[in-house]
Amino acid sequence: MKTHATAISTAQTDAAQTLRTGTTQAAERRPGTLPLPARRTKAGVAWLVPTLYIVFLMLPIYWLVNMSFKTNTEIMSGVSLFPQTPTLRNYMVIFSDPSWYKGYINSIIYVVLNTIIAVSVALPAAYAFSRYRFLGDKHLFFWLLTNRMAPPAVFALPFFQLYSAFGLIDTHIAVALAHCLFNVPLAVWILEGFMSGVPKEIDETAYIDGYSFPRFFVKIYIPLIASGIGVAAFFCFMFSWVELLIARTLTTTDAKPIAAIMTRTVSASGMDWGVLAAAGVLTIIPGALVIYFVRNYIAKGFALGRV
Amino acid sequence: MQKTWNNKAWFMVLPVLVLVAFSAVIPLMTVVNYSVQDTFGNNEFFWAGTEWFTEVLESARFWDALQRNLFFSGVILAIEIPLGIFIALNMPKKGLGVPFCLVFMALPLLIPWNVVGTIWQLLSRADIGLVGYSLARLGIPFNYASDPLHAWITVVVMDVWHWTSLVVLLAYAGLVSIPDSYYQATKIDGASRWAVFRYIQLPKLKRVLLIAVLLRFMDSFMIYTEPFVVTGGGPGSATTFLSIDLVKIAVGQFDLGPAAAMSIIYFLIVLLLSWVFYTVMTSSDAAN
Amino acid sequence: MDFSWMAWTLPTALFFLTILALLIGMGVWEYVSPGGNPRVGILRFETTRGDRLFVSLLGSAFIHLAWLGLGGPDLWWALALSVVYAVGVFKLV
Repeated sequence: MKTHATAISTAQTDAAQTLRTGTTQAAERRPGTLPLPARRTKAGVAWLVPTLYIVFLMLPIYWLVNMSFKTNTEIMSGVSLFPQTPTLRNYMVIFSDPSWYKGYINSIIYVVLNTIIAVSVALPAAYAFSRYRFLGDKHLFFWLLTNRMAPPAVFALPFFQLYSAFGLIDTHIAVALAHCLFNVPLAVWILEGFMSGVPKEIDETAYIDGYSFPRFFVKIYIPLIASGIGVAAFFCFMFSWVELLIARTLTTTDAKPIAAIMTRTVSASGMDWGVLAAAGVLTIIPGALVIYFVRNYIAKGFALGRV
Repeated sequence: MQKTWNNKAWFMVLPVLVLVAFSAVIPLMTVVNYSVQDTFGNNEFFWAGTEWFTEVLESARFWDALQRNLFFSGVILAIEIPLGIFIALNMPKKGLGVPFCLVFMALPLLIPWNVVGTIWQLLSRADIGLVGYSLARLGIPFNYASDPLHAWITVVVMDVWHWTSLVVLLAYAGLVSIPDSYYQATKIDGASRWAVFRYIQLPKLKRVLLIAVLLRFMDSFMIYTEPFVVTGGGPGSATTFLSIDLVKIAVGQFDLGPAAAMSIIYFLIVLLLSWVFYTVMTSSDAAN
Repeated sequence: MDFSWMAWTLPTALFFLTILALLIGMGVWEYVSPGGNPRVGILRFETTRGDRLFVSLLGSAFIHLAWLGLGGPDLWWALALSVVYAVGVFKLV
């Protein structure tokens, strides 16, 4: 037992040393030893960095989960790493009160609507950008991108009036359409990257074989870039799910997202930390589920399909 | 890829154009209209000329917020880009560790932004937060609500927690795309670890790193929700970034004219910076 | 549908109509002589005439802002300066 512990601590010191003097050591390494990908001898070292990073990422989430199982009296009475008297009360509050759980339903409805709209309009556009040159194409592409870069605060100002004029305030479709502002450009960008990786000969062969364009697009092309569509949908889901400023501006009660309900209820009921933490945990779950499905493509997706 | 010239492709872009124009062009035109007028509500507007622009350009408050925001973006880039590359270099390239790392690292990116703020609020408070409480026990009275430096540290660490994974995932995507033969060549040459990074990995990462810098700069330049939840822009105005200030003026004080003028100046800065980044990106693509 | 909230004024309407006319004009020019006359100017990267228009417009916006901030509210001088600048961009960039 003791020797085992010593071995671990030596390995850790060793790792820390390599971290500090990494470059000098590597520079002194004899020719003939592979410096990078397969450093089998120092496997422990390579694991240390991602592990520490993941611990850093998970610590705040752990704290949130921890709090969500505590009673408010326990939260206020001091800091403890585990709930002393674990309780499900906080979750029960959310699941038994429609004004709470409807927030989740609202969020999911507009996020899904937004994802469907954004990906379906972005598909033909991305195809056009990846296959053809046309009048003003580059400037159009840049203009689309500026909408992804522009601060939502700039647009949020007249959004309320704009959507009021169309009678869309406090509907799910309003938020879904408004989020298209940044999600459609992003979807076009990602899909264009994936489509550029598909050789053009495939299109030409299909036309020679007598496929019409719509049939070719649906039957041949879409299956080919299925992973790209998945990644684009994931990113639309992600940015629509995390956005609050616009979603809050456009909704009052019937379509209010959970994130907005969280802020309002907390200020009204005088800091119910337990329920706040439970609501926070519940907003993390859909994201975690979605990541799991796209885990193999996520890195490529973040590179916007361009690696 | 050689692209064919075909103006009919416009019809394929049309839905996107209509949809984005609805949410982008109409509001932008409205903002321009508001910026030259004064209103007391009821859709009654009075011509104000360039008054609001002069007011914004001469207000110390705007320049302070701009400086603060540029400094914040600079700090964020200086921390997140090197840290992200460093973590990506040390990530496993194959095996079970890969999906494990990817899923856990992507998790903070999918948390609603105000929940991110709430998480860090719960963590940093001295009475109920793990970090705030531990620091207090160590004799450091950490209070982000009253000390500007502490507020800044909280906001910066929160952003590093929230967004470094984006840089990691981008850099990782670039690294796994480098063919093994490149490393074999360095093995024969006996190149040092640094030389491998400098002459093989970094050039291959250039493209994804440009995307990372672009996204991280723009997103930190428009940051609103997370610091708003944690500090509310305070203490004083220590963490009042441009978007927070803009929403304060527009919604808090309902000064539509000044808010619109500020929006336009803000938007022009973003437009300029996006264009610079985009031009650097496309011309480096063309060079390859 | 009520659009009075957009608060249109004659000057802003004229401004957007000018931008629209410029875009249509550029479209027609591009249609008549496609390719956009790409060249490498003093900024050391390739620009087309569309890029040059964008640089001119964006630069003009900043010239107007600088004039307001440093000079006075009389923007006709800023406009004149912008025209000179735009001509310079189209000649050199």
